[in-house]
Amino acid sequence: MCLGIPGEVIEIHPDQPDLAKVDVSGVKRLVNIGLLSDDPPKPGEWVLIHVGFALSKIDEAEAAAALSFLEGIGQAYEDEIAALRSSVID
Amino acid sequence: MRFVDEFRDADKARALAAKIAALCEPGRTYQFMEVCGGHTHTIYKHGLEDYLPEAITLVHGPGCPVCVIPMGRVDDAMHLAANPDVIMTSFGDMMRVPGSRGSFLDAKAEGTDIRMVYSPLDSLKIARQNPDKQVVFMAIGFETTAPSTAMTMLRARSAGLANFSVFCNHVTIIPAIKAILDSPDLRLDGFIGPGHVSTVIGCRPYEFIARDYRRPVVVAGFEPLDILQSIYLLMLQLSAGRCAVENQYSRVVPWDGNVVALRAIGQTMELRPYFEWRGLGVISHSALRVRDAFAAMDAERLFSVPGVRVADPKACQCGEVLKGVLKPWECKVFGTACTPETPIGTCMVSPEGACAAYYNYGRMNRNRVPEATVPAGRP
Repeated sequence: MCLGIPGEVIEIHPDQPDLAKVDVSGVKRLVNIGLLSDDPPKPGEWVLIHVGFALSKIDEAEAAAALSFLEGIGQAYEDEIAALRSSVID
Repeated sequence: MRFVDEFRDADKARALAAKIAALCEPGRTYQFMEVCGGHTHTIYKHGLEDYLPEAITLVHGPGCPVCVIPMGRVDDAMHLAANPDVIMTSFGDMMRVPGSRGSFLDAKAEGTDIRMVYSPLDSLKIARQNPDKQVVFMAIGFETTAPSTAMTMLRARSAGLANFSVFCNHVTIIPAIKAILDSPDLRLDGFIGPGHVSTVIGCRPYEFIARDYRRPVVVAGFEPLDILQSIYLLMLQLSAGRCAVENQYSRVVPWDGNVVALRAIGQTMELRPYFEWRGLGVISHSALRVRDAFAAMDAERLFSVPGVRVADPKACQCGEVLKGVLKPWECKVFGTACTPETPIGTCMVSPEGACAAYYNYGRMNRNRVPEATVPAGRP
């Protein structure tokens, strides 16, 4: 929950600019980017996601490190990805 | 993963170990608290204590969101969930946290409508699909998750959703750190500051620690080299007689935090006069409640909750572990009656809990790298 999951922004929702489709380890889901409204991320940029909200922009190296950290955690990370997979934000 | 190497390079770790050891004053010992459970995890996972001289001890702090929820609040949540008009939603981490009459998972098995969600926003969808029910989101966590609850409340309001509410258990990290600093049980020389919480609150709220308590703080990232680098920065400050707040994780943490997030929290929530923390007891102004303007989304006002304080199981010593007074393995039930599979205490539930991290990765014998030896013969 407190773990930030890195995701790559694919596209901004055409009707709702505070939502963006992101790719998290191959899982594509909508997340809320409203907390970054001062400097919204663009497609191709990486964000750190907490419980469905992008909380900070990160670079690709940081994203790789964060992902590796999460994969090292094992079960908790798999649970988090499974939860993300079941998440339907609209 | 070529990117990761730059945060995990063993040669760099050993070089840092040598620099840290060289700064140790002979005869002096150092105790640093890593506030955040994510840091605790990294420290055990990568055996970082092997890179530190004997004189430096890392003490694990209270920064694990589910670990600090007291039994009484779990019982209150179960009371809410037992209402047939209520659908309770909760993060997965919370599902196994024991109350005095079992956990969410136990209640769910007995037919109580408790649903695991990834995001508070998922609760809005459940609310729309169940207009005849009140959907109560069990909001937990520090400043890392409070903005998401706040933004969800704002979204529910703008969508005109009338059957969504929050059982607010958000806590704030600064009063907990202050309570630990004021506690006579523990002498700390500095803090490894939490990474993700600081993304929201920034670095300024820690300034009182340096100013009033004369202890250095370094906000740190989650990679092994981040933590060693932060310990080095703490040692540099101490050896120069300085106390300041420094930001080692500036690639993610802005000095002023996330203003949008802080504004959303301020719009929807306010400080409670006091809140009970597991292990730390009642701390004033240490948690958030729903503001009057959002009273219609406050589960505590929509329904009554018993609000009874429940003592932890006698065998469980999570309180001492959360305060850093006791090491996980010093607890009487660690690894015997209390394991990640059948946790008695909260510190064993979450992967961010010190007990779970130690249970999974800890070793009784340290295998210190040669570089982490304080050079002999220094004046």
